[in-house]
Amino acid sequence: MKNYLLTLTVGGIALTAALQSCKPNNTNNAVTGDAPVKAYVAPGKYDEVYNFVSGGFSGQMSVYGLPSGRLFRVIPVFSVDPEKGWGYSEESKPMLNTSRGFIPWDDFHHVELSKTNGEDDGRWAFGNANNTPRIARINLRTFKTDEIIELPNSAGNHSSPFITENTEYVVAGTRFSVPPDDVNGDVPINSYKQNFKGYLSFVSVGKEKGNLEIAFQLECPGVNFDLSHTGKGPSSGWFFFSCYNTEQANTLLEVNASQRDKDFIMAVNWKKAEEYIKAGKGRKVAVKYAHNVFNDETHSATSEIKNEVTVLNVKDFSDLCYMIPCPKSPHGCDVDPSGEYIVGSGKLAALLPVFSFSKIQKAIETKAYDGMYDGIPVIKYEAALYGEVKKPGLGPLHTEFDANGNAYTSMFVSSEIVKWNIKDLKVIDRKPTFYSVGHLCVVGGDSKKPTGKYLIAYNKITKDRYLPTGPELCQSAQLFDISGEKMEMILDFPTIGEPHYAQAILANKVAPNSTKIYKIDENKHPYVTKGEKESKVIREGNKVHVYMTCVRSHFAPDNIEGIKIGDEVYFHVTNLEQDWDVPHGFAVKGAINAELLIMPGETQTFKWTPDRIGITPFYCTDFCSALHQEMQGYVRVSPASSKQALEWSIGTNLPKTIDPATK
Amino acid sequence: MNTKISILTKILLIASFGLLIYSVRVPIWQIDLNAPQYPEGLNLKIHADKLGGDVDIINGLNHYIGMKTLHEKDFIEFTILKYIIYFFAVFALIAALIGRKKIVYILFFSFVAFGVIAMIDFWRWEYNYGHDLDPHAAIIVPGMAYQPPLIGFKQLLNFGAYSVPDTGGWLFVSSGVLMLVAVIKEFKFSKK
Repeated sequence: MKNYLLTLTVGGIALTAALQSCKPNNTNNAVTGDAPVKAYVAPGKYDEVYNFVSGGFSGQMSVYGLPSGRLFRVIPVFSVDPEKGWGYSEESKPMLNTSRGFIPWDDFHHVELSKTNGEDDGRWAFGNANNTPRIARINLRTFKTDEIIELPNSAGNHSSPFITENTEYVVAGTRFSVPPDDVNGDVPINSYKQNFKGYLSFVSVGKEKGNLEIAFQLECPGVNFDLSHTGKGPSSGWFFFSCYNTEQANTLLEVNASQRDKDFIMAVNWKKAEEYIKAGKGRKVAVKYAHNVFNDETHSATSEIKNEVTVLNVKDFSDLCYMIPCPKSPHGCDVDPSGEYIVGSGKLAALLPVFSFSKIQKAIETKAYDGMYDGIPVIKYEAALYGEVKKPGLGPLHTEFDANGNAYTSMFVSSEIVKWNIKDLKVIDRKPTFYSVGHLCVVGGDSKKPTGKYLIAYNKITKDRYLPTGPELCQSAQLFDISGEKMEMILDFPTIGEPHYAQAILANKVAPNSTKIYKIDENKHPYVTKGEKESKVIREGNKVHVYMTCVRSHFAPDNIEGIKIGDEVYFHVTNLEQDWDVPHGFAVKGAINAELLIMPGETQTFKWTPDRIGITPFYCTDFCSALHQEMQGYVRVSPASSKQALEWSIGTNLPKTIDPATK
Repeated sequence: MNTKISILTKILLIASFGLLIYSVRVPIWQIDLNAPQYPEGLNLKIHADKLGGDVDIINGLNHYIGMKTLHEKDFIEFTILKYIIYFFAVFALIAALIGRKKIVYILFFSFVAFGVIAMIDFWRWEYNYGHDLDPHAAIIVPGMAYQPPLIGFKQLLNFGAYSVPDTGGWLFVSSGVLMLVAVIKEFKFSKK
């Protein structure tokens, strides 16, 4: 009896221990060996890689160094940024203009770097505004948003801003199908099937300067276009878009858009579309959209409202688009470096289909179709399929690639990264992420030449990863070393907003071109002041223009009198510095505005409407020198009826003697 | 006594001519400044007829301690130095053509004298630059002067200053050395 009890006790303990050891991976066993060394970049040393990370609902793009995970800069793209005066200075306000007026925010999901011959060239980053459809181009010399174009006929600009092999086009597919802008949209919502359309925009990118222009739009059946990627190499000239809600539901999509066993990846022959546009087959459609451009010579943005786009209805052409069935609401739609394999990630599927471009071509030739979907041929699943990765994990979302024929897929539900071989479709390795990974990125991972040894997972949930910060926790990126057969997690780092897609590029493709200063001689701002002697104050009715300079460590002028209640004062502040890393800030007490942050050689304008009589101080906000705290000035505000003349000065103390410091 | 110079001396003198002509086209002297805030360093390049390098940045920084800003037009040297060097270049060429030992000696000693005077002038300028400070400067460190080293290294507040000849300076020195070789050669030769 005793023996029996003992056996039972020992057995019980053993069973408990065994069950404990079956628990999934957790924080304790995630990092091993020399991981800390791999992510360590010594003080004063540079990182190998730039990581440009979308900020999701922050509307910003953040710039990190890898492998350290150090944050370098947050670039306002579809958001105002009081720190930089972005959206507050008169010059930057037009950047956030739309056909509906000034919009200070958006939801920025995807970053795509410009490509030459299918490789990252380090010139520009593109970003998408998901809510009010727009595309932005960010200059990687100045790390500033240079251009934003609004997209008509679109809603929920999600499968964007993916680009073609030589940055000919940035594409933008609509996530919400909606009635087009030129028809009466006042229709019953449940008339989705007949009235709602999905538009794909092809935005051309100027070869030298990157200027954006909506080249044409494709009118497609009303579905949800989700993600996309360009073809390359043999599939050059094609674009692939994943789409879901092919059920065309207009309510409770959670259930109603998950009915069909397969949705589609739509293959678009954009070279053909280009030909049809050239041949004048497009239809001119009256729309309204804003096109905003920042000019580095005038240091100012302009916003222009445009009124027309050219549309091709894909139903009218038999050889433009083809539907490829893809299991269960495909999300990621990724093309391998060779351009032959297209990976569709059905987010509710238990397998991962890999399609073959050459098989798709053959299927089109032999018309191996399985009927039509709203006027578009549907290729037979088997006819397009190269093979399936069996049991890859749960909730596959996105796939990126390395240079050795391997693919890496993020699994949202099972919270892991899965490495598999493209040729034999066998899983090689899987590593847990913490937790609920969304996008992932390999250095150059969507290009023809993946270069890096790093993979970054962008996670949605971070409970237990960092010190708590109240109800809202940061989101997180996790860095993996993928140089070996097995992946190795080496670092966690928190992100700005919610990171969606990001791209990473070797630092030596970007760093050498970084702008240090703007040359004051090349400043063509209409209100530039190129020297203290030119500083002045000019009244035009109730508008007062202050031509002001700043240099370590004073403003000129720094005493201004004769401003009256009812005036609108414009401080046009030119930073005369010509040395790297010497910006000056500018802030005015009580101004209903942010600050200015003026780079060397730049001119920016601060609008101020004085609201009370008295003395108003202004000062430099960015520590600029040992005498920064002396960099200040005063404005005297008098009543509207005052006879006080407009006067300005620097270095004139009362009684009027010359201040030796400025003689 | 043989008063004619050897072929070798002629070659040395013509080489001196070439080096001197070229020295005018490249910076003669450089002053390197390094501080924690300027890890990439600031560089002042002194040519025979102008200043180069980070002059504006150096001027901007020096105003804190009341040093005068550097402007080419404030220096007579930038107008005449070039011509003096040309003069010695032509002098060397003429000495080679005429081929008289005496002229070679005169050339060498006057060239050395010029070098010494030039360095004294440079030192004098550095002294004034470092000592003639604006009494109203924002930063006044009692007893501190900012005279850069004539040659070599010196710490000036947060800046380490390193003053050495640049390409043109070395060409100038080299031509002097060539002349010296010529002089020794001729001197020994005439003794035999």
